[in-house]
Amino acid sequence: MLSPELGHYALALACVLAAAQGLIPLIGASRRDARLMALAPGLAIGQMIALGVSFLSLIYAAVTDDFSVQNIAENSAVSKPLLYKITGVWGNHEGSILLWALILGLCGAAVAAFGRNLPSALRARVIAVLGLVATGFELFCLTTSDPFARIWPAPMDGQGMNPLLQDPGLAFHPPILYTGYVGFAVPFAFAIAALIEGRVDAAWGRWVRPWAVAAWCFLTCGIAMGSWWSYYVLGWGGYWFWDPVENASLIPWLTGTALIHSAIVVEKREALKIWTVLLAIATFSFSLSGTFLVRSGILNSVHAFANDPARGVFILGLLGVVIGGSLALFAYRAPTLTAGGLFAPISREGALVLNNILLCSLCAVVLTGTMYPPFMSLLFDRTISVGKPFFDATTIPLALPLFIFMGFGPMLPWKRAQLWPVLQKLWLAAIVAALACAVAVFELSGLLAILCAAAALWVIAASVTDLAERTRLFRAPVATSIQRARMLPRAIIGTAIAHAGVGITVLGLAAMSQAQHKIVEVPIGTTEQLAGYDWTLKAVKQEPGPNYTAMVATLEVRRNGRLVTVMRPSKRSFNSQNQTTTDVAIHTNMLADLYGVLGDRHGPDTNPTYVLRLHYNPLAPWMWLGALIMAFGGALSLSDRRMRIGAPQRAKPTPASSSVS
Amino acid sequence: MTTPSDNLTRRRLLMALPLAGAGVAGVAFWKMLDGMEHGSFNPHDINAPVLDRPVPDFTLAPLPPAEGFTTQNLQQLDKPVLVNFFASWCIPCLAEMPTLMTLKDKLTMWGIAYKDKPENTASFLRHSGNPFTRLGDDHTGRAGIEWGISGVPETFLVGAGGIIRWHTAAPLTDQTINKVLLPLVQRLQTP
Repeated sequence: MLSPELGHYALALACVLAAAQGLIPLIGASRRDARLMALAPGLAIGQMIALGVSFLSLIYAAVTDDFSVQNIAENSAVSKPLLYKITGVWGNHEGSILLWALILGLCGAAVAAFGRNLPSALRARVIAVLGLVATGFELFCLTTSDPFARIWPAPMDGQGMNPLLQDPGLAFHPPILYTGYVGFAVPFAFAIAALIEGRVDAAWGRWVRPWAVAAWCFLTCGIAMGSWWSYYVLGWGGYWFWDPVENASLIPWLTGTALIHSAIVVEKREALKIWTVLLAIATFSFSLSGTFLVRSGILNSVHAFANDPARGVFILGLLGVVIGGSLALFAYRAPTLTAGGLFAPISREGALVLNNILLCSLCAVVLTGTMYPPFMSLLFDRTISVGKPFFDATTIPLALPLFIFMGFGPMLPWKRAQLWPVLQKLWLAAIVAALACAVAVFELSGLLAILCAAAALWVIAASVTDLAERTRLFRAPVATSIQRARMLPRAIIGTAIAHAGVGITVLGLAAMSQAQHKIVEVPIGTTEQLAGYDWTLKAVKQEPGPNYTAMVATLEVRRNGRLVTVMRPSKRSFNSQNQTTTDVAIHTNMLADLYGVLGDRHGPDTNPTYVLRLHYNPLAPWMWLGALIMAFGGALSLSDRRMRIGAPQRAKPTPASSSVS
Repeated sequence: MTTPSDNLTRRRLLMALPLAGAGVAGVAFWKMLDGMEHGSFNPHDINAPVLDRPVPDFTLAPLPPAEGFTTQNLQQLDKPVLVNFFASWCIPCLAEMPTLMTLKDKLTMWGIAYKDKPENTASFLRHSGNPFTRLGDDHTGRAGIEWGISGVPETFLVGAGGIIRWHTAAPLTDQTINKVLLPLVQRLQTP
């Protein structure tokens, strides 16, 4: 029933609905025609349903091994496990564009469903902008990357999937990352709608913030998952390579983080309005250009998709319309927006401005490092590389002040503050940071690592202090503290948790700079020592898998003679692809990862030797745990009653929220 | 004194800056894509500019106790030498080392430590083994620019007379060595 033709038809239908969604409400809003504007939610939901049908029919074709569909024949195979048949749908270019469009459709439907309390003209315009963007991507999908194209004669079996992608972590990575990228389309649409209306006010800031926070949570999780994937699949023991694909996700994350902070200033103080609008446009523009420029092959990356310059021209045209159009509108309308008032540098809003300056400088640095090589190559015909040394030397000095200000920013009151009372409250956190610094001097090597570790503990301690101060912990009776904690707005708790999450991630990064590793070529039975552990290669065996054969090593790790773990790193040879992957063995106790990789086999069959790579990675899990905590903090603040989109203004504000906000 | 209209003009110019920036980037990307289609610009295939050309002029600091090398040394070669750019901070380089160690007896290899501290290079080679008969230190990355490398590891096969015969920007694997590199060395050595 769900044939590829139905899927193709549904996609075309979605494209038409999206065009209608983009035009009719826009006309309605400018003519103040309530009937035309009222069509917006229905069209958005209809578009989402059509895309859902289209996506389901592609999944159905993949699950039923319909190799007459070119996309399935090229990327799937009968022997592929069911899970990867489903997730493989978005593991290739065509399918991932369809997933991208589906998520954009879901965003439009979400605004339609949850935006009932928005002013009708604003809601119509937001939905219309989302519809226009969706039209472009659905056209791209239909014309240059049709996932439903048939081939004849259909092959008996498909060509299979890149084995590197055959991994549960990567299977769910794209949907989460894309939700983050595409989610920023909603703040973008709000920004465009505000420019069309020519009005940005505190209410606009309140409406746009939850959408930005939600997208930010997904993007944070997506980046963390990608980093975790490269850690345990690529088998190099590294977690971040400053690769263009990784930078492409980091750049919108940095501007997105700036956006969720500057939107607070718009909401509370009606300042930074034009800047916030620009950030919303920039974040989505970076999301778009990052993902799509990577596909066009301009950026040299290890994870690149198959490149096709012709496709790149279409993408570039599309980006030109979306980004160029929105920036032209910005250049035309923004100067006429009323600028916000001035404010004292030492205040909550002053701290948030500083946060924005530092985050955007970081973004500029990462952007420069990423774009410099292709630009140099274009202008001066020179190929150069920008790698870890550049990024380490430029990003850490910018990040350190950010961490320091993150400590006391949330404790500063609005409008006009004095630094000294806040610093007095933070004496305990300062002592913790100083102690951490002292310990780090002995434990870590490298000035930047020591400073990062101290800054991380400062952020965590300051976040805890913030909550303790607000609940008067240890000063008032316990019952009072609990009562105050319950009255505390969730946004405040979420902020503290997210900031503490940053500290945990940074602590993990600082400790990982001290990771130890060793590469050896040994016969079976040898014991190697690394980081106080004895690693013994006990045996290497051949084992068959579902669509590969594996060479599995048994690696015993002992500490002071006591068995810690038996690790089984392996090397898989995939029959259908003539490709091998390494399967890393990781043992973690949450304080450190023991990480073993089996490499090539050398020497005669009678007495072979094996290349082994052993890593000791202190606090490695904390890097990703911290990111999850950040996302959790964001999600918690989303559940704050004040953040709910268009939450009815309750008559009596709770005492706690009026005193802290 | 600035009049309100001056002020507005200035604001207009300021607000148009993002558009101008995006426009410049867009034109550059279009040039790149256009070049990729016509084969004049290829960010992946860094072979083209160096292949079958003489080695560039470069200077390297020596890394005692190993002997250093210069452009002249490469120009005076009578049999092929593999020149490998590596760094202790580069994990793929580490992964490549055991492979280079197995190649040591079949091919002469000279190493260039790229943007690395001498003590880190020394400890890197102590741990992973040293396949190089000569070593140079490119602490500033200048030699890397002269050679036009895009990152580390990168490997060049320099033939007799100092002509670059082969190049890869990926870590060497047993497969590349046996299928591509060694047959090429064989051909270069039998005139």
